[in-house]
Amino acid sequence: MTNTTRNLLLYTLICLISLLAPHLAPAFRVQMALLWMMILFALTWDLGGGQMGYNSFGNIVFFGIGCYVAAVVQRDLFFAVEGQSQATGDLATSSPLFNYFNGLAVGLALAVIIAVAVAAGLGSGILGLRGQYFAICTLGVGIAAGEIASGWGYIGAGSGMVAPIFPGGPGQNATFFYYFFFALAVTCFFTLKRLYASRFGLAINAIRDDEDKAEAMGIHTTRYKTIAWCISAVFLALAGGAFGHLNNFIDREVAFPGITFGVWMVLMAILGGKGTLWGPVIGATIFHATQELFWTYLLGWQRVALGLLIVVIVVFFPLGIMGWLRSRWPERFGETVDLEARAAPISLGETR
Amino acid sequence: MTPILDVRDVTKAFGGVIANDGITLKVPQGAIIGLIGPNGSGKTTLFNSIVGYHPIDRGSIWFDGREISRLRVPQIARLGLLRTFQQTRIYGKMSCLENVQISVPHVHEGLRTMLSPYPSEVTERAEGLLEFVGLYPKRHLRGGEMSFGQQKLLELAMALMNQPKVLLLDEPTAGISPVLINSLMERLKRINADLGVTLFVIEHNMRVIMNLAQHIYCLAHGQLLAEGPPEAIQTDQRVIDAYLGAR
Repeated sequence: MTNTTRNLLLYTLICLISLLAPHLAPAFRVQMALLWMMILFALTWDLGGGQMGYNSFGNIVFFGIGCYVAAVVQRDLFFAVEGQSQATGDLATSSPLFNYFNGLAVGLALAVIIAVAVAAGLGSGILGLRGQYFAICTLGVGIAAGEIASGWGYIGAGSGMVAPIFPGGPGQNATFFYYFFFALAVTCFFTLKRLYASRFGLAINAIRDDEDKAEAMGIHTTRYKTIAWCISAVFLALAGGAFGHLNNFIDREVAFPGITFGVWMVLMAILGGKGTLWGPVIGATIFHATQELFWTYLLGWQRVALGLLIVVIVVFFPLGIMGWLRSRWPERFGETVDLEARAAPISLGETR
Repeated sequence: MTPILDVRDVTKAFGGVIANDGITLKVPQGAIIGLIGPNGSGKTTLFNSIVGYHPIDRGSIWFDGREISRLRVPQIARLGLLRTFQQTRIYGKMSCLENVQISVPHVHEGLRTMLSPYPSEVTERAEGLLEFVGLYPKRHLRGGEMSFGQQKLLELAMALMNQPKVLLLDEPTAGISPVLINSLMERLKRINADLGVTLFVIEHNMRVIMNLAQHIYCLAHGQLLAEGPPEAIQTDQRVIDAYLGAR
């Protein structure tokens, strides 16, 4: 009981601070919105990389799909060429506010559908690969997606696309997207928390520990792996769609930032502790804060400092912060350290 | 009795090494059948062939009235033909209880079942099985923390959770503390009699297999050397020669 109350208190506190944050520090709204996005990145990456043991460097593809699909929907369906809308008088009569949010909703829904379809299609092809082969393959997929985006005229090719301007006063989009990313990351956290306690959670853990055994026990391994990837894709597509709108401009560097977001999502999950629920949240928070500080105080050397941070993470925290805490104080993390149980002799006497 | 598992003329070669050469054997429904033979005689290869771990070169394998020679490992497992491993295989970072929970049969599994928590019956049954193999006090420990023999018992509980029709056991008593072997044997007999699981057992401990099995097949150099009831096998000169290395 005390545990549940403590958790409830913790969640309430975090939510309260987060809800008030944009009013307390309005100058940092975009940074804080991106913090929630980073948390979402780390959480969705950990679903595959930590809980299932499938290290993917290609999750950024779903993010990019979200970016582009949401922007294309706005451009083609809701903010069609100005002249045309004025001529028909059709779109001009409806308010831009209505258009913008309707377009965003439809765009995000379509982004999710397409991203999940791509995840399922790609997954059935490459989730059969194991270990580093899978990792390399996803890396290739990520690069290929960027190349396609930069060569496809319909989505602006090299010159990129522009998302519609946020209706409302200056700076209001930052507040809107702060709450959007906050809600999305929180939804993602609790969805995963629930899933990890289900048959799905145990099945992907089993795949991580010994996939051959899981197959020998009849677990539908491919089905579970594909579902895991699709769940990642849902949240990443939503994040991508919103990020494209927040950023206003979209090109391959924004939509498929393999060497920044793509690598960071892996690092943040590892820093916090792979295969734990809170690890990615903690890792993302620390990473994002440190990274912003580097940009502010070590300008010119920020990339070097970031590189050193990555080295320190990998060398000194191979198990991540959660892993390190857990090995220091195992009993606080639900580990059984009951020496009696460990030493208990096995008896096969008449038990039942 | 109709055989539930019917191996017909199975041949499997790895390069130039013929690991199984025209093996034919039958496992009747509800029986306990033994498989013995010196090291390298092809026992584990035969198990691997049966459960679809690798394609066979010749022959066919029938299970419960249908041919399974071309099916893949998980498909065969879902039909109810399960094996345990000689080198134990358990999920090391998961607790014993979770190891058993996730081993429920995966035959009819929709998206709803996949994404919802385990019902309490499953947990109770898992705990019951851990009790059955004597690991109940250790149910919250991680699988990887346990000794080899304990992992062997855990693997047995996992296999039972899957409710197989036939269970292929690869050396179930290897690595088990000698004082537990008799009770483990009694457990295996109860699995067979009470739960109705047909057992096909590879075993090196002659005392165990002679006591357990009703019928024994002996392999040597990839070929079927002899078969018969335990008493006949024990006195068969060819079997003794194969084991003791007489020519």
